[in-house]
Amino acid sequence: MLSKSAARRFFLGGTFVCFGAFVLLTLDTLRRIPAQTNQEAMTDAVVRGKHLWDSSNCMGCHTLLGEGAYYAPELTRVYERRGPMFIAAMLKDPQAMYPGQRRMQDYGFDDAQINDLVAFLQWIGTMDLNGFPAKPTLGNVAVAVSASGDPLATTGDRPQVFNQICIACHSLRGQGGQVGPALDDVGNRFDVDYLQRWLRDPASVKKDTKMPKLPLSEESITELAAFLSKQTTAPKKEAGK
Amino acid sequence: MKYESQRVAWWFFATSMLLLTLQIVYGFIMGFAHMGIDGLHDWIPFHVARATHTNLLVVWLLCGFMGSAYYIIPEEVGRELYSVKLAWVQLVSLVVVGVTAIIGFHCQWWEGRKFLEIPRPLDWLVVVNVLLFIGNIGKTMWKSPRITTTSCVLFFGLLMAALLYLPGMIPTDHQTLDSYWRWWVVHLWVEGVWELIMGGILAYLLIKLTGVDREIIEKWLYVIVGLTFLSGILGTGHHYYYIGTPRYWLLIGGLFSALEPLAFLGMAIYAISMAKKGGRSHPNRNALSWTIGCSILSFVGAGFLGFAHTLPQVNMYTHGTLVTAMHGHMAFWGAYAMLVLAIISYALPQLTGRKLYDTPLATYAFWSSNIGMVAMTLAFAVAGVSQVVLERRVGMDFLTVQKELEVHFFGLILAATLFASGIIAYLVQFIRYGMPIGDVRATAAAPTDIANDATGAEAVS
Repeated sequence: MLSKSAARRFFLGGTFVCFGAFVLLTLDTLRRIPAQTNQEAMTDAVVRGKHLWDSSNCMGCHTLLGEGAYYAPELTRVYERRGPMFIAAMLKDPQAMYPGQRRMQDYGFDDAQINDLVAFLQWIGTMDLNGFPAKPTLGNVAVAVSASGDPLATTGDRPQVFNQICIACHSLRGQGGQVGPALDDVGNRFDVDYLQRWLRDPASVKKDTKMPKLPLSEESITELAAFLSKQTTAPKKEAGK
Repeated sequence: MKYESQRVAWWFFATSMLLLTLQIVYGFIMGFAHMGIDGLHDWIPFHVARATHTNLLVVWLLCGFMGSAYYIIPEEVGRELYSVKLAWVQLVSLVVVGVTAIIGFHCQWWEGRKFLEIPRPLDWLVVVNVLLFIGNIGKTMWKSPRITTTSCVLFFGLLMAALLYLPGMIPTDHQTLDSYWRWWVVHLWVEGVWELIMGGILAYLLIKLTGVDREIIEKWLYVIVGLTFLSGILGTGHHYYYIGTPRYWLLIGGLFSALEPLAFLGMAIYAISMAKKGGRSHPNRNALSWTIGCSILSFVGAGFLGFAHTLPQVNMYTHGTLVTAMHGHMAFWGAYAMLVLAIISYALPQLTGRKLYDTPLATYAFWSSNIGMVAMTLAFAVAGVSQVVLERRVGMDFLTVQKELEVHFFGLILAATLFASGIIAYLVQFIRYGMPIGDVRATAAAPTDIANDATGAEAVS
């Protein structure tokens, strides 16, 4: 039977070997991190953004690299998903962007700080994370089934600004947020002119709307209004949504 | 209680109970916010509640560990503490640092690094505080006529916990390095050296409560802490899958963290078999329930539920979701919260000379807090798995999914209410025991330990 001194040797030996291996692996990891994380792209703005990220305790609600709290969205690929314009608008006035939803604290960031945070999130998005976050593989299947006959929900034929900003609150062919109404039949209801006025300042068209005035350029507004006016469904299909 | 100086432990235990109460309050704030009721948002936004909730957990557990050490070490090494005054200085300063940190959080003074939110100047005060504690315990052991394995393992665990706080203070501008060092603290604490502290305290409780020979208990203690380090150190790799570190961590982290449940399984088998082996039963059945319960739920929470999402293929989808909250709640409850509650249940009759164990209230506290925590874990599990499927697999929008999950948080709050009622019962019990009494001889006569501790007896004189 195992003696106490043998048990002690097992403990001390095992600990020593494992800790040694861990230290060696750490040294190797530290050597490889700069290449894997695109460290040369870490500008001063990125570093300032990182410290703002910490001092605002963004991790107290969001996750980044999958680490943090689970109250607000994962932001590792937010630069790709939403783009700089949306992130800036969100940071400028967080509670306007998702009216009536879970609230983000208004930090009162100035434009320089917002740029730093955007730069930080952009840099995070360029890291090699061994495949994280995985692409949702069941999504396409679900949309293909539900659309039955309609073209698959592709994002290639849409204006980029639509994919980054509008989709955060509105859905099109089953994909997107559910804060505002779905946009599948928006072209049935409004013409280009109305849509342009709406996008420029929603509250001037409909006083009590919750939709915020978004920081869209004139070109984006023209492009979006044209695109949205083409979103029509055949009237027989449940158009009253 | 054999030594006057052990009495100081009561104040550490009382502080830790107070902080536990506050932690639960902040837990409710977050539960309601997840359910869509965030009326306190303007005063206590979610990230403030979150930082407060997790940091209170760390502080009340550390406070409980310190109390345990002040209670156990004099008895183990057979002499009074080196300095009770130093223990008091240390307790008061810990409370001051803790209160400052929590008020600081509400004024948004923090570092924003998960679990290590307290601001840098306070970090240094924590280090000084813990060094005082280690010094006090170390000096007590150094001057004593005997050193036991149990006291050595406990001391080594506490010392390593103090040293491992330092990597978390390495300054860096790099998000990946920041996380890398942060896990040296957080992981090597809870899945490394804290398990040493746990092993030491469990061994002490088993020696006292079961009457099994010290040599046997301490031999298996070595095996278990050996298994802990064998799996736990390289198991840190499961935090290095997806944060910008090399791919080989997927293999190393996956392999070694898959072994981590073994240490906890060992702990459970160890506690149960020792309790069975001990022929005579100690009158304080309630303390034994907490001790055995601790070893079992730490296996379920830390071992089994940890394993459930530790493999890289699974973690790819569960990383950064409520599945982590599921594992975290039961792991901390089973391994560390129950441990502190176990040692308090054992020590209170000794400190106060009153035999209030095995009252209906004590039994209610044990069962309702445990059933409540199991139910909370289930609520988190359903919410977490739903989130994984809807958001990570199907690709639904984050906020849309969160709306769907609100109902599970209603379930969580119901479960948490049951849990909290158990904790309240425990606190009432704590208060009914009253303050520690002055005379050592009076308490020494009151509750009976099983006299198996041969080396202990000779050391007393």
